[in-house]
Amino acid sequence: MTDLTRLSLAAAAKGLKSKSFSSKELTSAYLSAIEAANPALNAYVAVTHDTALAMAEASDARIAAGNAGVIEGVPLGIKDLFGTRGTHTQAASHILDGFKPEYESTVTANLWRDGAVMLGKLNMDEFAMGSSNETSHYGPVVNPWRATGSDAALVPGGSSGGSAAAVSAWLCAGATATDTGGSIRQPAAFTGTVGIKPTYGRCSRWGVVAFASSLDQAGPIARTVEDTAIMLRSMSGFDPKDSTSVDLTVPDFAAAVERGVKGLTIGIPREYRMDGMPEEIVKLWEHGIAWLKAEGASVRDISLPHTKYALPAYYIVAPAEASSNLARYDGVKYGLRVSGKDITDLYELTRAAGFGREVKRRIMIGTYVLSAGYYDAYYVKAQKVRTLIKRDFELAFNDGIDAILTPATPSAAFVIGDETLAADPVKMYLNDVFTVTVNMAGLPGIAVPAGKDSAGLPLGLQLIGRPFDEETLFAAGRVIERSAGIHFEPETWWR
Amino acid sequence: MSVDAKTVKRIGRLARIRIDESELEKYQSEINGILGFVEQLDEVDVSGVEPMTSVTPMSLRRRVDVVSDGGYPEQIVKNAPLSEDNFFMVPKVVE
Repeated sequence: MTDLTRLSLAAAAKGLKSKSFSSKELTSAYLSAIEAANPALNAYVAVTHDTALAMAEASDARIAAGNAGVIEGVPLGIKDLFGTRGTHTQAASHILDGFKPEYESTVTANLWRDGAVMLGKLNMDEFAMGSSNETSHYGPVVNPWRATGSDAALVPGGSSGGSAAAVSAWLCAGATATDTGGSIRQPAAFTGTVGIKPTYGRCSRWGVVAFASSLDQAGPIARTVEDTAIMLRSMSGFDPKDSTSVDLTVPDFAAAVERGVKGLTIGIPREYRMDGMPEEIVKLWEHGIAWLKAEGASVRDISLPHTKYALPAYYIVAPAEASSNLARYDGVKYGLRVSGKDITDLYELTRAAGFGREVKRRIMIGTYVLSAGYYDAYYVKAQKVRTLIKRDFELAFNDGIDAILTPATPSAAFVIGDETLAADPVKMYLNDVFTVTVNMAGLPGIAVPAGKDSAGLPLGLQLIGRPFDEETLFAAGRVIERSAGIHFEPETWWR
Repeated sequence: MSVDAKTVKRIGRLARIRIDESELEKYQSEINGILGFVEQLDEVDVSGVEPMTSVTPMSLRRRVDVVSDGGYPEQIVKNAPLSEDNFFMVPKVVE
């Protein structure tokens, strides 16, 4: 029998509906694959074995009864940031030790409504703060990809490193992820998978552990553009419980995948051509331009003059919102508690023991920029710069640009424990230099694997779209995927 | 702008995170690294620019001011490290 775990999400959904195999068979195949791989990859922080099989059996019953949902019986991995009732939900943080919510996030509830099966919870950077999955309380995730001729462990990117690694190593058919500054797109690029951050407001944030509320968006990571389109449709939709959820009809995204790019105008922002950009990234970008042109798109140079200010503005806005959101972890309501001589002592000791270094540093930066006397100089200024960043995009779109093509990351995956990156937080932050603008402007962005570097590691391109026009991103992303013509399959060294 | 060790301590206090003396220097240098990085925003002319308050053009939805949820205190305290009679337990706050 063919290995069921290798099927795309679309093929798996089809095979289940035509009863070529059962959800129980498919789910069992994934559970075995996880068991074999997880000691090496550390992608899952909790495997919900019994729940998965029970959900699979229920799916098989619904398929037999003829009332299957659109992704009925398809096994998914869920980032540890999503609240899942009665199940491990800790944002990969020590401070949420033992937390099992009494509620279900809207995004996961939507997936279960459509028939999906939960395999378990996926590793991530603590509270989604990181670009390498090294800040997790559960230890780093290992990238299924290795450089040619090397067995050095590489990072899968972050913060959705567990999601990207699990999808890449065939440990789920697709995974939920979240993106505050690049946390879906950068790990997708590092693992040869596809990841889309939809427009802000498309997916409900309700029940998802908050990091920076004005930037956080959920989205899928999967092995093909079509798979992400199918998943995003199920994840999306208006939710009155999230005051920033947008009341718009969710299109049939999968129907847009083969629409092509004929007649579209693609913008190429000159500010993304960074000094010292590796030649391989420049080449990849040029290929992408050529592929879109060959399929009938016209390509135009554009300017987004405030690009270089997105990252510094982000490192004011995101920590400021985080310091406020993470105030709730106090050792009283849930998770870890370290006793102290009085209530303040309890707070301070609990938070010192429960948060990791990166999280503490960001809370402190956020606390500082919001403190009396600094609020205007830092926070208000950053929000003004954010207005300008968004305006850059609006001007481009008003000028007839349908989508913008950029590299997804400034490099391929790097080694775990890289000393220069560990010593300098700002260097690590530069990983998000191409993705963070999109969060600042609330736009949709997709990362599609498009080539490999000289060491055989995947590289991705990013497409940025108009607000709520994810369909164009799926169509253009599909052209890149098809034109690249590469099967992004790592060697299975982990089993 | 940069922060000194005393300020790092004060920030820790405001953030309710105990910072050991031995950690002060590292935090100070990292925080100053980030403050140095964001300083480039000073190059941007923001005169007459409104600070962003909502990334999507929308006004906040309202609902009728009535109780629409609740009645399950045992669920609320379910994850508490310490609770009694559906109350959260904390060290004595008022003498």
